[in-house]
Amino acid sequence: MEGQIILLLFILILSIFLGVELITKVPSTLHTPLMSGANAISGITLVGALLSSGSGEILTTILGTAAVFFATINVIGGYLVTNRMLSMFKKK
Amino acid sequence: MNLLSNIDTSLLVNTAYIAASILFIVGLKMLGSPDTARKGNLLSSTGMLLAVLVTLVDQSIIDYTWILVGLISGGIIGYIAATKVQMTSMPEMVAIFNGFGGIASLLVGSAEFVGTPVVNTALYFAIYLTVLIGGVTFTGSLLAYAKLAEIIGGRPILYKGQQIVNSLLLLMIAAVGVEMIFLQDLFNSYETLLILCGLAMLLGILFVIPIGGADMPVVIALLNSFSGLAACAAGFVITNNVLIVAGALVGASGLILTNIMCKAMNRSLTNVLFSGFGTVVKSASEGTVEQGEVKPINTADAYLILEAASSVLIVPGYGMAVAQAQHAVRELGELLEANGAEVKYAIHPVAGRMPGHMNVLLAEANVSYDVLVEPDDVNPIMETIDVCMVIGANDVVNPDAKDNENSPIYGMPIIEVDNSKTVFVLKRSMAAGFAGIQNPLFFKQNSRMLFGDAKETVSSLVAEFKG
Repeated sequence: MEGQIILLLFILILSIFLGVELITKVPSTLHTPLMSGANAISGITLVGALLSSGSGEILTTILGTAAVFFATINVIGGYLVTNRMLSMFKKK
Repeated sequence: MNLLSNIDTSLLVNTAYIAASILFIVGLKMLGSPDTARKGNLLSSTGMLLAVLVTLVDQSIIDYTWILVGLISGGIIGYIAATKVQMTSMPEMVAIFNGFGGIASLLVGSAEFVGTPVVNTALYFAIYLTVLIGGVTFTGSLLAYAKLAEIIGGRPILYKGQQIVNSLLLLMIAAVGVEMIFLQDLFNSYETLLILCGLAMLLGILFVIPIGGADMPVVIALLNSFSGLAACAAGFVITNNVLIVAGALVGASGLILTNIMCKAMNRSLTNVLFSGFGTVVKSASEGTVEQGEVKPINTADAYLILEAASSVLIVPGYGMAVAQAQHAVRELGELLEANGAEVKYAIHPVAGRMPGHMNVLLAEANVSYDVLVEPDDVNPIMETIDVCMVIGANDVVNPDAKDNENSPIYGMPIIEVDNSKTVFVLKRSMAAGFAGIQNPLFFKQNSRMLFGDAKETVSSLVAEFKG
């Protein structure tokens, strides 16, 4: 368990540095699509929600299903609206 | 699944999670340029689909009924919201989606908590963080949504003893943490979880309530970051790498945007979060005297000046969004170009209610993104510009930011339209802007006020050009 947590922390730290490097270069024109696109990615919590929702235990299933519902709105809505916005960005 | 051994399934799932992480990273990288952004978003969504599909083959899933119920109902609502939302309402939309991400993580943490009979300190710590961050994100975002949608007033709400209440709340949250992670003897575990949820949600409300509407770009960016961090914490709860990678990417992106927004207002994050901007401003502006007469102008005279201009700079603000004037503005811009003028759009980083809000509106109206410029690009050449048209912007063109040390926005980088030859200010009335500050720009020698609804004013200018 302890070794696993160290490994997860290691991944966390590296991902934060990677995120900072990636986002610093985004021009301000794209800040809104960046936020809604990033927002859709944060719906990754759906992965955890699916496991809870399908667990078969009553209380866990209720909480998990609610989580699946909200995370799915976030994922589907987030990606679609980002795509809708980006399709409007045109150059002459 | 019986064909596969446990090891094989686990290997398949984890390989797919690595692939999904790579797709998120490359997708975010491609979001960095307008040419590749759409493809980047597609890659990122492919990563999500992959992560979801392989999770569904997980052998710990016994019953798919409720998963389908959640996926289908959430999918329908997400689809409707994304296709129906007006571009002017994007800030509200992103705010409420942030909130949904937060509540989803809170629920995942709670589900693990009630489903884990064994006491495990590290796991409980991760659950504690997930529920706390998720809860704050949820109610904070709902409140930000209510402020942006003007369901409640945008003014900061301050009350006596605010600091004491907040400090007490934080102490209680820390105490619940000790109980949940280490003691587990005061309450039964469900009670502890419910108390934590309640306190976290209360904190979210108290955290956003004192922040004014004009500071919403900062708050949305920060809540965006929180929604990622909540997912990241949930990754520790279910020991899943892809949640940690994706959550950390979003957390980092939100923090960077928060920082950019704060810099654009020349304020620190602490100042935005704790100062209760609007109230301080009110007392400061009450002391200032009227700075002379404003000079109104009608559209017929404005047309004559525009017709003779060889360079025009359009400075949009939230007022343009409210009046839905972006299409009329684009039409006017095209007519000006046809008339031989060089037309640019100067966009301040905090114009509108969220980062990049104006850019999206102008893109919707078919304005090419290469004529959009930032303050640093136009300020040095401002003297050469014949006409600046300020459309529904106020604080981002307020010269007090550079001249008046007593102004609450002193030091904020602005678009220095007052240095151009002529400034047209399109404004509904002489009421103060969202931050509630007087704007000496209106009283300058080279300023002309075009009173009325921005869309009507711009449309009648268009009619003058056509007629």
